[in-house]
Amino acid sequence: MANKRVQFSHPIIPYLFIAPQMLIIAIFFIWPALQAAYLSFMLEDPWGMSREFVGLENYQYLFNSAEYLYSFGFSIVFSALVAFLSLGTALILAVKANAVLHMQSTYRVLITWVYAIAPAVAGITAYFIFNRHIGVMYDFLNSLGWQFNPEADAVDASALLILVSVWKQIPVNFVFFLAGLQGIPKAVREAAALDCANERRRFWTITFPLLAPTGFFLLVINITYAFFDTFGIIDTLTQGTPGGRTTTLVYKVYQDGFLGADLGLSSAQSVVLMLLVLSLTFVQFRFIERKIHY
Amino acid sequence: MKKISLIDHIILWAGVLFLLLPVWLLFASSTHTVETIVKDGLQLLPGSQGFGAYKIALTEASGFTDVATGARMLLNSAIMGLGFAIGKIIVSMCAAYALVYFRIPFAQLLFWIIFSTLLLPLEVRIVPSYEVVSQLGMLNSYTGLIVPLIASATATFYFQQFYKTIPDELLEAAQLDNAGPFRFFIDILVPLSRTMMAAMFIIMFVVGWNQYLWPLMMTTEESYYTIVMGIKSILSVMREARIPDYSVAFAMVILSMLPPVAVVVIFQRWFIQGLVDSEK
Repeated sequence: MANKRVQFSHPIIPYLFIAPQMLIIAIFFIWPALQAAYLSFMLEDPWGMSREFVGLENYQYLFNSAEYLYSFGFSIVFSALVAFLSLGTALILAVKANAVLHMQSTYRVLITWVYAIAPAVAGITAYFIFNRHIGVMYDFLNSLGWQFNPEADAVDASALLILVSVWKQIPVNFVFFLAGLQGIPKAVREAAALDCANERRRFWTITFPLLAPTGFFLLVINITYAFFDTFGIIDTLTQGTPGGRTTTLVYKVYQDGFLGADLGLSSAQSVVLMLLVLSLTFVQFRFIERKIHY
Repeated sequence: MKKISLIDHIILWAGVLFLLLPVWLLFASSTHTVETIVKDGLQLLPGSQGFGAYKIALTEASGFTDVATGARMLLNSAIMGLGFAIGKIIVSMCAAYALVYFRIPFAQLLFWIIFSTLLLPLEVRIVPSYEVVSQLGMLNSYTGLIVPLIASATATFYFQQFYKTIPDELLEAAQLDNAGPFRFFIDILVPLSRTMMAAMFIIMFVVGWNQYLWPLMMTTEESYYTIVMGIKSILSVMREARIPDYSVAFAMVILSMLPPVAVVVIFQRWFIQGLVDSEK
């Protein structure tokens, strides 16, 4: 949309209005980001007394480190599974909630309230339920013959993380899918119902393609969520254990930089993550342009 | 047709239970004695202890923390949630106002600087951000908890889009009446933005309340612990293989989710609007 036809014109006032935002961005966003970029080319001695320029050495070290490459791979598999499972579950629920005539808003409240639970709180809740001492699910899974032990088994720990991350993300996906479904014009639905009696076929040939833009937009949101917002879940549930097998890229930056205090290495990881966010944001904005047209 | 609708309801209830059950288990167990929980695990039905554990969680430091009570941590979280939401709304509304209603050079550049924050989530600049805040002496303070987080590209774009839909005639009329930029902003734009502000407030309060990584780095003094990060200390007790006061621990977890859940349920309509608009 074009700018205003009439505008104020003043040498100082607009800058007063925009100054708080700009100051915060400069001090707490841009400056630290530049710091990270600068430090990623430096090597600091363990006592923080001196640093020297080492070029790309930190990056080389990173991409030769089996641990880092593992957490790269883990993050990708983890976010793909979280996105797929959460989108799938939410889509089913949204389609059903859109189909029922009664209690639609009740279902909406009963499904969306989970949005309000912090990832860290969700992680702790799951920790209790899947805990060796008091966890009912721990007992249940073991009684089924699955020797479930997230403290020692990397697959069990990952499955648990994925389950909680999916649980936490269902409301967001549900809200957008439901909005998407309700945005399909009534005429289209009626025409489809006349032409095609089979409900399942109608879903796959009419509804699903019409929801594709929403789904694609949500895919980016979900991948971003799985990469960044699951920090609280990981920190409360597994803390990267067993043996670093559930460490995502974001959790690794935290471990190496904040707990391990290896500045150069964690800065290089930060820069890699920035590039990742850059590409995700690029995809997202390219897509939003399309969304306006459909 | 009847049968299909019944299946729909069953699937929906399965989803609802999947989401509800974990939290219900903790709630029901929080009303049992610690002995019952240690012996029989989590409980599905409420027990005999009523809300006793909640009283302890709210008023005593209860072994997980040394001095911070649940009430103190809830207060800190409330300050964090309110400060975050109100701060974000004010800062974004003002920035959007400058961008939409003023003819300023470099407007495009300013827009891109704001946009750049989307590329720099906290998680990618953890260590240097911590350094900056500590150099400014803002560790263990409400300012340090709130201010660095309230810049927001999404909220600014959200208000920018909204301002652009407001008819130009309003500004023309205001100018005829000799209203200056401050007058116009406070008397006309702010009242017009009320619903937008409410929707944004609901979402941002929840997001602010739920912050975890930032308080984790920023606070070492318990008097500044928020409840979401404070409950992490329950885990340290358990990892040291001590038996925690389970019912109090569960009560703390339930308390930490209660305010944001209440906000989302009560203000459902604004919440949905805010969620859809702020993620776009």
